[in-house]
Amino acid sequence: MTIMHNTIYRRRRLINAFNLTMSTLAMLFGLFWLGWILFTLFSNGLAAISLATFTQNTPGPDSTGGGLLNAIVGSLLMALTGTLIGTPIGILAGIYLAEYGQRGWLAPTARFINDILLSAPSIVIGLFVWIAYIQYVGHFSGWAGSFALALLVIPVVLRTTENMLRLVPHSMREAAYALGAPRWKVVLAVTLRASKAGVITGILLAVSRISGETAPLLFTALNNQFFSANMNQPMANLPVTIFKFAMSPYENWISLAWAGALIVTMAVLILNIIARSLLKKEHG
Amino acid sequence: MNTQTVQTKITVRDLNFYYGNFHALKNINLDIAEKKVTAFIGPSGCGKSTLLRTFNRMYDLYPKLRAEGQILLNGQNVLDKGVDLNMLRAKVGMVFQKPTPFPMSIYDNIAFGVKLYEHLSRSEMDDRIEWALQKAALWNEVKDKLKQSGLGLSGGQQQRLCIARAVAVKPEVVLLDEPTSALDPISTAHIEELVHELKQDYTIVIVTHNMQQAARVSDVTAYMYLGELMEVGPTDQIFTKPTRKETEDYITGKFG
Amino acid sequence: MSAPARPTYSHLADILFFNLTRSAALLVLVLLTAIIASLVHGSWDSISHFGFRFLFSSSWDPVASTFGAWRPIQGTLITSFIALLIGVPISFGIALFLTELSPLWLRRPLGIAIELLAGIPSIIYGIWGLFVVAPILMEGKRLEGLGITIPAIQPWLTEVTSGIPIIGHLFDGPPFGIGMFTAGLILAIMVIPYIASVMRDVFEVVPPMLKESAYGLGATTWEVVWNVVLPYTRTGVVGGIMLGLGRALGETMAVTFVIGNSYDAIDSLFHPGNSIASILANEFAEASDALHYGALIEMGLILFLITFVVLACSKLLLLRLQKGEGSNA
Repeated sequence: MTIMHNTIYRRRRLINAFNLTMSTLAMLFGLFWLGWILFTLFSNGLAAISLATFTQNTPGPDSTGGGLLNAIVGSLLMALTGTLIGTPIGILAGIYLAEYGQRGWLAPTARFINDILLSAPSIVIGLFVWIAYIQYVGHFSGWAGSFALALLVIPVVLRTTENMLRLVPHSMREAAYALGAPRWKVVLAVTLRASKAGVITGILLAVSRISGETAPLLFTALNNQFFSANMNQPMANLPVTIFKFAMSPYENWISLAWAGALIVTMAVLILNIIARSLLKKEHG
Repeated sequence: MNTQTVQTKITVRDLNFYYGNFHALKNINLDIAEKKVTAFIGPSGCGKSTLLRTFNRMYDLYPKLRAEGQILLNGQNVLDKGVDLNMLRAKVGMVFQKPTPFPMSIYDNIAFGVKLYEHLSRSEMDDRIEWALQKAALWNEVKDKLKQSGLGLSGGQQQRLCIARAVAVKPEVVLLDEPTSALDPISTAHIEELVHELKQDYTIVIVTHNMQQAARVSDVTAYMYLGELMEVGPTDQIFTKPTRKETEDYITGKFG
Repeated sequence: MSAPARPTYSHLADILFFNLTRSAALLVLVLLTAIIASLVHGSWDSISHFGFRFLFSSSWDPVASTFGAWRPIQGTLITSFIALLIGVPISFGIALFLTELSPLWLRRPLGIAIELLAGIPSIIYGIWGLFVVAPILMEGKRLEGLGITIPAIQPWLTEVTSGIPIIGHLFDGPPFGIGMFTAGLILAIMVIPYIASVMRDVFEVVPPMLKESAYGLGATTWEVVWNVVLPYTRTGVVGGIMLGLGRALGETMAVTFVIGNSYDAIDSLFHPGNSIASILANEFAEASDALHYGALIEMGLILFLITFVVLACSKLLLLRLQKGEGSNA
């Protein structure tokens, strides 16, 4: 066969080699940014972090010392309440879509709308809470922050719950019905339990998402320079503190911003890794 | 069958194959005759597909799989390190258990392989595609819808499309890996007829789990069991008076 | 006589549970309606005052109370476009590497690394972009320990593209470090993991036999991926790109830090600009009067509508592609 010395073939091999090289470079490119970001975070964050970061409140401008205690506590409080509000709604709605949604208009509509909420910019959610809540009570508050975060939790939990419930084989449901179990019991004791790991993964992913969110808190919780556990008052939180401090001209604040950035990133990444390993163990 | 001297197309010598630590093919020695149909039969897991997939080194796509020994095609060992796999696979075409039309039109499905090696004008390409579809006995059914998706054909038509695609690049050997296992009896009969036609131009190796099929389409049959080649010979002989007890047991349905 | 009582109790519990889940699903509907209604309500001052002019006017002056959304809309679209322009090919390369080229033992760790990139909060991208990336783009950096000098990328781009029509114009202008180009670049890095992991997931479900048939004809790895894998997975790939686009359009913090926050006309990609989200982040808490609030909320409404349109388009596209793949041929 003469195709051995074919110019087409030589060209093809060249194209192949070139594109595969580009693909490898793309991979290195991606890893390069990850490495660079983490390196920057650790070198700046570790230099700034100390025991005081966790025991003292945010300092005033142009001062020395201080920590992020109030911001850390505020973030934890709002993430916790936001998750507690959002998760049950997300799970219940997910159950409806997966278990009762075979007929009627509600399930497909809710599914589509959930997709819209999932892709809605988080700053718009903050805007909504401001219009619907802050504007009427007249002041920023921790609750407003929680509500905004809960609105981000709902679509994530709903989507994963529905997907995980759908993975449960029908034979398992039928077996439970065959024993004469009522529907609510089948759902709670059999299908939801069978997809427990997946649902928890969804919740953890939602928590990791809201832990780093800044935009929806900017005009809901705002910020607070002092320690406050009062959810009816403006509340300090890590992301907004980082934003404010990093944009400032004060060195002390910028250094605390890096410390906060490291804390937030580590928290989010660890949550992510736990969530993924949980799912892998179940389906591995 | 004509009585000319039979040329050997593929020579397998001391072939061993491993999936990681699992020894899947043990010391295979075999000659594949040119322009004949050779069938590999045996119970599932016996290594017949594995053997077939060494001929075009399809196993190379996956890690931890390795072959040792010699497989000579036209006198060249295809297991050599320096062998150009793309060139090898252009010479050794393959059709799989299930139809695998590419997500493109019928025309493009066939043109895809041809374009890899040849620069044809529009009319030459049209001719080649008609020729390949004629060879695969599909032309009359699809000549009016060449621009439509290959995925819209029936299962049997899809499989003939895949045969046309393999034939269009004018290979020397065509490997058929249980080509009718996903098809209904009528489509199966179509494909078997086709195999008969194709052996006038190509060396054909077919893996089948269906003994009647092997008896119907092949000139030579090789019986494999647990990674070993138990017996190989003219199909009539293997099915009427096999020399080994194991072969007879399998053929007569005592096991497998 | 407890036997007949049990079914009624069970029945009641069933009805209760059904209605509980149903109202949760209804709540999702109510939420979206409430969001749209309150955004419209909140921006009514601005809508009734400016009408359609608002969309295409580029003046933004809180003191004179004239507001127009054109610059931020432009900024949002341009930065997202840059992000996709850089992000899509890179993501494709990563997915290709992960599914076809990477050694088996490296696949999982590399996949996780890319997913971690997606987990990093956007504010981190923002401060990193502002403090680390922007200065390097502007004036380069000397790495003393390694003896390497990273060149100043923006002046270099200006130089090599000067004289080329249109493109030269895009990269013209003084290097500020921050600006539209930097925002687009940071957004690209943010969307890469989203697009790449979707692409990888869909590439992985391509039946091995289909790929083998292409390899069996003598196709190279690139030809198999480009001609068989990509067409086979196009629905998923389009979905992934749309997901990335949605992220880029609504991203706030990463952009706010590096876009430069300027209302000037954009004459080059190096020029500072703004996006809808960055304006909201910067101005909303300090808005001066009702009209200013209204204008800002209307921008939020516009942003919401843009992301909605992107989502709807991708759904329609997916529906059409799925139909095309059916047996209608």
